[in-house]
Amino acid sequence: MKAKLFFFALAAFVTICTFAQPNIYPAKKFKGHLYIVNGTVHVGNGTILEKTTVEINDEKIFAVSPNIPIPTDSNNVRVIDATGKQVYPGLILSSSDLGLKEIANGVKGSNDFSEIGEYNPSVRSIVAYNADSKVIGTLRANGILLANITPEGGIISGSSSVVQLDAWNWNDAAYKYENAIHLNMPSFIPKKPRWAASTIKTTAANPESIAIAKFDSIKTFFRQAKAYLSDNTHSNTNLKFEAIKGLFNGQQKLFIHANEAKQMLAAISLQKEFNFDIVFVGASESFLIADLLKQNNIAVILNQEHALPSTEDDDIDQPYKTPYILQKAGVLFALNDASDEPRYRNLSFNAGTAAAYGLTKEQALQAITLNAAQILGIADKTGSIEKGKDANLIITDGDILDMKTSNVRFAFIQGREVSLENKQTQLYKRYQYKYHIK
Amino acid sequence: MRKPFWVAAVLIFHFFTIKAQETFPVNGVADKKSNKYTFINATIVKDPKTTIANGVLIIEDGKIIAVGSSVSVPSDAVIIDCKEKYIYPSFIDMYTDYGITYGSKQPVAGFNFNAPVQFQSNTKGAYGWNQAIKPETDAYKLFSIDDGAAKSFRDQGFGTVLTHQKDGIARGSGAVVTLANTKDNLVIIKEKASAHYSFNKGTSTQSYPTSLMGSIAVLRQTYYDARWYKNNPSSEGINISLQAWNNNQTLPQIFESDDKWNDLRAARIGDEFGFKYIIKAGGNEYQRMKDIAATNAAFILPLNFPKAQDVEDPNIARFVSLNDLKHWELAPTNPAAFEKANIPFAITASDLENNSLFFPNLLKAISLGLSEEKALTALTTTPANLLNIYDKVGSIEPGKIANFLITNGPIFKQSSSILENWIQGEKYEIHESLWNNINGKYTLSINYLSAFPNNNYVVQINNSTNAIAVTKEDTLTGNLSIHTPTISLHFFNKKTKKTAFRLTAFLTTTNLWNGTGEDSLGNKFTCSLSLITSTKKADSNKHTTKIAQPLAKITYPFGGYGFEKMPTSENLLIKNATIWTNEKDGILKNTDLLITNGKIEKVAKNISFPNAKIIDGTGKHITAGIIDEHSHIAAVSINEGAQSVTSEVRIADNLNPDDINIYRQLSGGVTSSHILHGSANTIGGQTQLIKLRWGVNDEELKFKNADPFIKFALGENVKKTSSQNNNRFPNTRMGVEAVLNDAFTRAIDYEKSLKTNPKGTRKDLELDAIAEILNKKRFITCHSYVQSEILSAIKIGEKYGFTFNTFTHVLEGYKVADLLKAHGSNVSTFSDWWAYKQEVADAIAYNAAIMHKVGLNVCINSDDAEQARRLNQEAAKTIKYGGISEEDALKMVTLNPAIALHVDNRVGSIKIGKDADIVIWSDNPLSIYAKAEKTIIDGIVYFDRERDIELRKLIATERNRLIQKMIEEKRSGSKTLIKPAEPSWQTILSCEDHEQSNGLISIDFTQNNSSSY
Repeated sequence: MKAKLFFFALAAFVTICTFAQPNIYPAKKFKGHLYIVNGTVHVGNGTILEKTTVEINDEKIFAVSPNIPIPTDSNNVRVIDATGKQVYPGLILSSSDLGLKEIANGVKGSNDFSEIGEYNPSVRSIVAYNADSKVIGTLRANGILLANITPEGGIISGSSSVVQLDAWNWNDAAYKYENAIHLNMPSFIPKKPRWAASTIKTTAANPESIAIAKFDSIKTFFRQAKAYLSDNTHSNTNLKFEAIKGLFNGQQKLFIHANEAKQMLAAISLQKEFNFDIVFVGASESFLIADLLKQNNIAVILNQEHALPSTEDDDIDQPYKTPYILQKAGVLFALNDASDEPRYRNLSFNAGTAAAYGLTKEQALQAITLNAAQILGIADKTGSIEKGKDANLIITDGDILDMKTSNVRFAFIQGREVSLENKQTQLYKRYQYKYHIK
Repeated sequence: MRKPFWVAAVLIFHFFTIKAQETFPVNGVADKKSNKYTFINATIVKDPKTTIANGVLIIEDGKIIAVGSSVSVPSDAVIIDCKEKYIYPSFIDMYTDYGITYGSKQPVAGFNFNAPVQFQSNTKGAYGWNQAIKPETDAYKLFSIDDGAAKSFRDQGFGTVLTHQKDGIARGSGAVVTLANTKDNLVIIKEKASAHYSFNKGTSTQSYPTSLMGSIAVLRQTYYDARWYKNNPSSEGINISLQAWNNNQTLPQIFESDDKWNDLRAARIGDEFGFKYIIKAGGNEYQRMKDIAATNAAFILPLNFPKAQDVEDPNIARFVSLNDLKHWELAPTNPAAFEKANIPFAITASDLENNSLFFPNLLKAISLGLSEEKALTALTTTPANLLNIYDKVGSIEPGKIANFLITNGPIFKQSSSILENWIQGEKYEIHESLWNNINGKYTLSINYLSAFPNNNYVVQINNSTNAIAVTKEDTLTGNLSIHTPTISLHFFNKKTKKTAFRLTAFLTTTNLWNGTGEDSLGNKFTCSLSLITSTKKADSNKHTTKIAQPLAKITYPFGGYGFEKMPTSENLLIKNATIWTNEKDGILKNTDLLITNGKIEKVAKNISFPNAKIIDGTGKHITAGIIDEHSHIAAVSINEGAQSVTSEVRIADNLNPDDINIYRQLSGGVTSSHILHGSANTIGGQTQLIKLRWGVNDEELKFKNADPFIKFALGENVKKTSSQNNNRFPNTRMGVEAVLNDAFTRAIDYEKSLKTNPKGTRKDLELDAIAEILNKKRFITCHSYVQSEILSAIKIGEKYGFTFNTFTHVLEGYKVADLLKAHGSNVSTFSDWWAYKQEVADAIAYNAAIMHKVGLNVCINSDDAEQARRLNQEAAKTIKYGGISEEDALKMVTLNPAIALHVDNRVGSIKIGKDADIVIWSDNPLSIYAKAEKTIIDGIVYFDRERDIELRKLIATERNRLIQKMIEEKRSGSKTLIKPAEPSWQTILSCEDHEQSNGLISIDFTQNNSSSY
């Protein structure tokens, strides 16, 4: 009863806010104590804690326990009764053009995700990240609070940075700068020209030798960079080489975008030769080489669960069950949502599908929280509901993995309660008003 | 000055070598000859059914004079002794472009939606409107002898071919010519023998048609136009193309379809206009013999059997589909399948990489069940009869043209060879050197010119390329080549591999060759080779390649997930399930469902029914099958984008029952899909509602007796926003409205004209379809996004007195929901798509909920082959976005689309008497964890998750067997591998709207297709 009343009050407050202001404000810094009491806490590491309280002090999680006394005398205390609710870590989008791509097609001016040229390691996604993108709000409303903003195009696209999704500008948004350099592996499969007639034969050149030649040039680039970086007395500064210093000293990971088994098999040699910390992004054929990935300790970001099988003979549920195969093999993996039409907001349902096809629900959750944080190099700060981490978490009505029950009621980034309103909820209200409907 | 001299010299020489022709002056002394030959002692196969032993054949002036066993031999003829030889009629190939010149042979690359449109034909003159319709093309006017090409046919046994220009949809007439190298005028034996058609627009640069269904539409319209043109309509003037079209109608009509389903499509066009095409097949017909036989057509079969692929690398082998692997094994059984089904057919060398593959492939087909008699029939009497030239060629009979083959054994035996191919009474040598059997033991005497001692060897010749020489000290191996009357031998020391000696000799008399040679040191000698004993050429001499009988099974469809035996309707009793009725009963728990004769018979507790298969429904949920209002699967082409109004094209004309996405979507509980034309233009094509009956043919895929629909589209796609150089009207939403206004005005005028002047009015398939809308016989589903365009469409409907039945996508429908309601439209939308282009910037996930609450009939559709597998989940999002009840959410993908498509009396809910199109789910169907366990259509289980698990094992086993077999072929040294293996491309069709996640080897024909259709 109490909880219901509270929700009602909150809803009224938010409604007024929305109509009073055409804009949605990023939340102010939180100073104080917040107690989320009596919820089912999904830690993000596979553990579920029933009837547990999460205590937040300022921006950090201070304690997670069933028995935390709540001070009654302080006016600096806020309590949220989460009885019957689910408490999850904020979800993390592992690789995305969010904030770089506003209108996907036909409006070139709204796009900043793909640069010209083959080797662009010094290109930084963070500087083009549009914190005011209309898409961002729809992700927060679905529990996604962090995203790794990834540039595209060429062979080396540039560096990604992790942002939190409630900010005035990119400087505010930045959560981890330049965490990874992004490399696109050449394809080993002949490509049919997009407009080709079915009768036109594919090119005679062997795609494999073309791919290997391209890959050799990639290695050459890294070898030259390594040589350059092992000496610091340069008469000419090479910004491309300077930009990947982090790859060699372990400060940065190399995210290799590859879907084909052969692309991945070839790319493993980069780990061996340069001692890079590599991650495969896309990785739709990772199910064919799961044990090799485990052996080499390579993490994977599966870009799109909701995809068709690659071949007509593949198991009809192949993409759905690939996470289970990786899990069984012990591979560290994250699930992503790269779908251009719903615009990434179905991240938790990608995980839900993985749970329907073999993963446990907590494993599926981990793939969009703690695993993602580990792969992005931010697990020390976030990814799970544990003492000392940033208070990035959400409260939902029910199972976040199932659309039927996944309504997000609260979201907190570094302790700040962020708005769940967005352009779509505002338009919804506008037309509820027009038609007098609830 | 010099150049003309040489040209003249060449011409003179040429004239001497060719036959005299009356009208041509002779430069020199007249040299008239009768060219009379008598062939004796031959086994003469007059026709496939008649063989004469020890026969005599007499020819004169290129004609057969007499044939028989007791024919008196004339004294004035050259006699050729054909002891141990066979004589056959030369073959006829009725599908060639031999000797035909082309303007340009470059096929136009596939249609590019973003490129400017070419609206008019580039052909100059008083021809028809479409550049791909060129019935005025006459092969005999384009023909000239090409002896290089002729030889490649002659070598395979052909004497006569039908030739035509293989270009365009209507290709004009074909001519029958012989393969003689005489004079163009004399080799043409029938100048107009056939008329040719295809679905392929070839070199036409005109944009229309861009799709298979467009090709079919243009054919259909041209048949009507040609009939209308017979009355000389003054509005048309002179139209050479239509004139020629009409003139060609009395000829045999030959259609190049090149695929099993295209065969049926072609046959149906023939049926529609009351005649039979002779169909040039594709080679995969054996996969659907029953349907092929039902066409009652005669066929022309190519022997283009696929080559083995290099599949040693498992990462590459993975992309070659079981479908392709099986086809590799089974394609050579295609002719035998036709014979078994008793379908008349001819065989062609067309579609081969080169003609030399013809005979080997023919022998392969024979070893896999084609009878020799049928093979000969398919190469002689059948094509002759189909072309009405049996009075001239096709058998060995007096009065016919002297086209025949001389072989050294029964023609289809591996060990036999064609020695000579006689065409119009002239001899063309093929394997002349085999005329005499030279195998045997010889004495080779070598007489050095200098003082060396002479040598004698015993030489054993075993076949036409190898010889062994033996002396006391050494055994030498030799390479042999024979070009009668010369023989060349090159001997090597067997151990050292070094040259011993080499020689060339001429046949002096039978069995004695004299010549000169040189040994490894350069010592010269003369030599003679004389026969001691001859060895009989025996069949066993030549290794007969054993062809293993193929093991692959024909399934329906042909890929891995097909049925070996189609499932049938059975009485099913599902016990104790949770049934979502979509009716006033709501959700019934612990209830039974009985299905009989494909219908829902009973829904109640504790039903008992004898003779029903019982399915335990405990813990399961049963719903009506999902209906996808907006789908682009199961079709060959989707967009005919070359014009803004293409209401004449029909998705029904190009359904593809083999699309794996049918099966995949069954696994997501989909039972019916509305296959829409794409959104490339304002008035697109006619749509087709199908049921996902996996394994049936295209006709059986259709949802029978459903109201016909048509696709309209508004906004960015039809104004070609993404094109930098659009030249197609409209370029704005203002123009879109103008297109609609114009089309309906034209349709009204057309109807008036049909009433006042029924005979004189040209039948217009485009306007027929629009008139049907006005008469409420056809209904619109209209792709739309923003409120302004939805509103303007509604106003058009009001102006012309009809309702836009459905607005699909309709992502700003929530802004005009009240107006949509007042107009009476249904709406079909996405759950949560937005921001993929400007016109969806205001799209919201609450759209469905708002429209539902305003009282519209709301559907959730896929428009995406992947998402269609999860439409139940898409519906569930309306619970999240807008608080729709679970029952109402499910209706958005079941009952509501049934209502929108006017089939709610048949499907969409679980109600007694409706079609048994149902899904058994493992869980609440709106949960992400729910899986369709069985998907049932008309009481037939088309998808069963348990069967699916079994199929995975079978697919793996069968793939492995075929891959091993291919690798075996590589290991055995086959030089004809496809390397690297060609991935089996997955064609995914879509609206033209958005990107999809279709896997690694998909071709997203977003805009549409290719020059081939």
